[in-house]
Amino acid sequence: MSAHAESHDHHHDDHHDDEVVSHSTMGGYLLGFFLAVVLTAIPFWLVMDKVIPDTRTLSVVLLAFAAIQIVVHMIYFLHMDTKSQGGWNMLALIFTLVLVVITLSGSIWVMFHMNANMMPGMSHDMSQQVKNLP
Amino acid sequence: MNTPDLAKLIFGRLSLEAIPYHEPILLATFAGVAIGGIALLAIITKYKLWGYLWKEWFTSIDHKKIGIMYMVLGIVMLLRGFADALMMRAQQAIAFNGNPGFLPPHHYDQIFTAHGVIMIFFVAMPLVTGLMNYVVPLQIGARDVAFPFLNNFSFWMTVAGGLLVMASLFVGEFARTGWLAYPPLSGLAQSPDVGVDYYIWSLQVAGVGTTLSGINLIATIVKMRAPGMTMMKMPVFTWTSLCTNVLIVAAFPVLTAVLVLLALDRYAGTNFFTNDFGGNAMMYVNLIWIWGHPEVYILVLPVFGVFSEVVSTFSQKRLFGYASMVYATVVITVLSYLVWLHHFFTMGSGASVNSFFGITTMIISIPTGAKIFNWLFTMYRGRIQFDVPMLWTVGFMVTFVIGGMTGVMLAVPPADFLLHNSLFLIAHFHNVIIGGVVFGLFAGINYWFPKAFGFRLDPFWGKCSFWFWLVGFYVAFMPLYVLGFMGVTRRMNHFEDPSLQIWFQIAAVGAGLIALGIGSFLVQIYVSIKNKDKLRDVTGDPWHGRTLEWATSSPPPEYNFAFTPVIHEADAWWDMKERNATRRTEGYLPIHMPKNTAAGVIIAGFAFVFGFAMIWHMFLVAGLAFLGLLVSAITHTFNYKRDYYIPADVVERTETARTEELAAHV
Amino acid sequence: MSDMHANPSAAIAENETPQFWMTKDHHPENGTLLGFWIYLMSDCLIFACLFACYGVLGRNYAGGPSGADLFELPLVALNTAMLLLSSITYGFAVLEMQKNRRGTMMAWLIITGMFGAAFLGIELYEFAHLIHEGAGPQRSAFLSSFFTLVGTHGLHVTFGIVWLITLLFQVGKHGLTGANKRRIMCLSMFWHFLDVVWIGVFTFVYLMGVLP
Repeated sequence: MSAHAESHDHHHDDHHDDEVVSHSTMGGYLLGFFLAVVLTAIPFWLVMDKVIPDTRTLSVVLLAFAAIQIVVHMIYFLHMDTKSQGGWNMLALIFTLVLVVITLSGSIWVMFHMNANMMPGMSHDMSQQVKNLP
Repeated sequence: MNTPDLAKLIFGRLSLEAIPYHEPILLATFAGVAIGGIALLAIITKYKLWGYLWKEWFTSIDHKKIGIMYMVLGIVMLLRGFADALMMRAQQAIAFNGNPGFLPPHHYDQIFTAHGVIMIFFVAMPLVTGLMNYVVPLQIGARDVAFPFLNNFSFWMTVAGGLLVMASLFVGEFARTGWLAYPPLSGLAQSPDVGVDYYIWSLQVAGVGTTLSGINLIATIVKMRAPGMTMMKMPVFTWTSLCTNVLIVAAFPVLTAVLVLLALDRYAGTNFFTNDFGGNAMMYVNLIWIWGHPEVYILVLPVFGVFSEVVSTFSQKRLFGYASMVYATVVITVLSYLVWLHHFFTMGSGASVNSFFGITTMIISIPTGAKIFNWLFTMYRGRIQFDVPMLWTVGFMVTFVIGGMTGVMLAVPPADFLLHNSLFLIAHFHNVIIGGVVFGLFAGINYWFPKAFGFRLDPFWGKCSFWFWLVGFYVAFMPLYVLGFMGVTRRMNHFEDPSLQIWFQIAAVGAGLIALGIGSFLVQIYVSIKNKDKLRDVTGDPWHGRTLEWATSSPPPEYNFAFTPVIHEADAWWDMKERNATRRTEGYLPIHMPKNTAAGVIIAGFAFVFGFAMIWHMFLVAGLAFLGLLVSAITHTFNYKRDYYIPADVVERTETARTEELAAHV
Repeated sequence: MSDMHANPSAAIAENETPQFWMTKDHHPENGTLLGFWIYLMSDCLIFACLFACYGVLGRNYAGGPSGADLFELPLVALNTAMLLLSSITYGFAVLEMQKNRRGTMMAWLIITGMFGAAFLGIELYEFAHLIHEGAGPQRSAFLSSFFTLVGTHGLHVTFGIVWLITLLFQVGKHGLTGANKRRIMCLSMFWHFLDVVWIGVFTFVYLMGVLP
């Protein structure tokens, strides 16, 4: 970013266009699209044809496919890399991902324990629930 | 469509009965506000100030003017929130045995809810945002924020939210649920009235403003620093502002989401937090504290920055441990997201969950403690000048440490089971919010006032204000610690045990002292304006400051700096003075500036109408207001000519005037 | 924070007479793309809350229908295809923008908007169908969180289409100026971001929702 800040003093007239130009290419978009299609088709096939009988394994596999596809979208469609906006985009993304993980897993963890402690009568429901959770 | 249906679409559930004539207190307040308001409007009209206010202030996108408007909003709302506090203290001091006090429970419940909501959202937030808005661009040597229009819009959204809360005084009622409106109490079954809807929509409207202003300031700090100002050369206040705004952007969406869910429960009949159909009210508590805990740090981090600036300026020393201060701030930013459950240890998540959050809570006190030591070591062997900002800082250090330690006590889950929801908790969080945030804001106001207006605040009344606040705080809240240990719970309207009364009476005296503190502050402003020629500062640097905002004139010209400063050291202005850097007085260039716009006022106005209409179920009006909001926002995007150049000769004239003033002074 | 330890002024500072004021006009970088990305991150946290709600409440059927009873995966697959296609067509629009071809760019944007509208249509059909079957958002906490999560995503797509139409007018009127290009890139981020959220939705809500 600092390098950027320095350089644009010398040619600030055209820097408005500079920053808008991204690294997108036709090849990149097509590759991303192809990967996304594959990574979408497989999970749908796994679930619709009941390929993996064990629910827990299947859940983990599904989430793994989703995670990979999100990375694909980030790289090929959102052009995320460590250099965009001087690394601040990536930093913001990582920070947000950490918070998303904290919010999601924290809430589920807290609420599961609360339900287990406070509504033991419904434990059957609850054990069912945790089995199906990621 | 027949007439009654149409009337319902237009007026919803609003009728003349919504106006509380039968409440003498409210009626008197209303009369007071109405007379005062009419007087104010008459004065503005008489002196033909409307055009000036509209052109120079309301539509202004100058970060300095917006900052000042935020401060005015915060101070006005402080008076309202504090009036609530006085009423509560008075009620609790007299409502013993057979005496029911002067506030019936349904009114009392609205007052403690409104007190919390107003103090956090419409006093602390605007004051903190106002300081950041005013100071950050100056400290980083920028000419404005990254998105000047958005800044104006954010401010007016905050105002719209505040207006909704104020409207609840005279039209309908406010929530009776406590400041976080836990369901099922805040659900439709238990609170069918408009109170909770006022709560939801005022916070939603203001929340949009807060989030956007957070995004704005992050982009400003990241993108607009003067050349040479690397991250580790940023002033500490800018650092803490950056972390605060990161927290705002990360936390406020959670509040928005959870309030949307509560609104859906109330408006659309969904079952998120209801008792039936699988809803879970505890999920609301869980989510709202995911916002609520970072919010605490959103308030306190900027004032940590204020104290850092004040301590090093008035000790005339470089801040001790700059890097550790920065790292402590960053660590707090991340950790503040890992402690939210300590607000509901007693809800029953069990030993494993409670111990995790208890430990993270204790860990977060470590970076905070490190900051206290940094300030102390900065003072150590400094040439300390006890001006008013420094007094507030020293008062803060003592008071905040006490509050922090009671906080660590509450972080121990078994102890929390005893102290939860008691007056001990109330004493604790007032201890950190008054001793931290409020003291910091007063330090900041006294410190930067000369920058904003060109003259200092009167020190005598400043000291009065400080001592009344400090002593008043201890007299008002130490009894609450005692009562909390005795097991007295919060939000009580009436007590039976006469042995408790003396403690409440002492606390009421304390509240009276704080009232004198606030009064002294208002007198301080009045006296300072009256004596402004005597208190005038033409140097622009009345405290012998260290950071860039003191490098320009007071008040700064609209473009802040005629030439963008180049930074070599962390304390940039101090460095310039040390190396005898001279003011550049030639070669002025035209300066690129954003243009004023009325779009912010208009869009926020539609948001206010939309909020009000939703509260009263006036769905036709709400739909039209939403449409108006959308259309005016889109229309604004068709405006491409948002900037202009200040011609070089205008800049030259302004700067020459300053040169002459400086010469006359020396 | 790559610049945390970088020191652009080092070269100047070593000079004998350091410069303290810039002599040239100083234009800071435009912050729009970064600001918009930060906005998206905040939006991401709104979705995180809704996902958390679905994660906690998503099996509270209250005696009503479950995901396995309600979800029609072929329809969801079709919907996913619409959104994915709209993503790639938006990509083509960006490529055309880089080549400064206004006409083809606008054509691709229109196609993108039509895929988006098709997505919305299918979603509305699904919602109407569910409500018709008595599985509306009031039926159970599971359905409340389902409708809110999927509906919020749908509202975002709706807003994206409104924005897209606005942008078409603006590009038509003012051409591919710097400001308009920036807006197109912002909407591009918004659009692809919605696709990323949808990955979470179809995996976590639909695919995992039909598992026993």
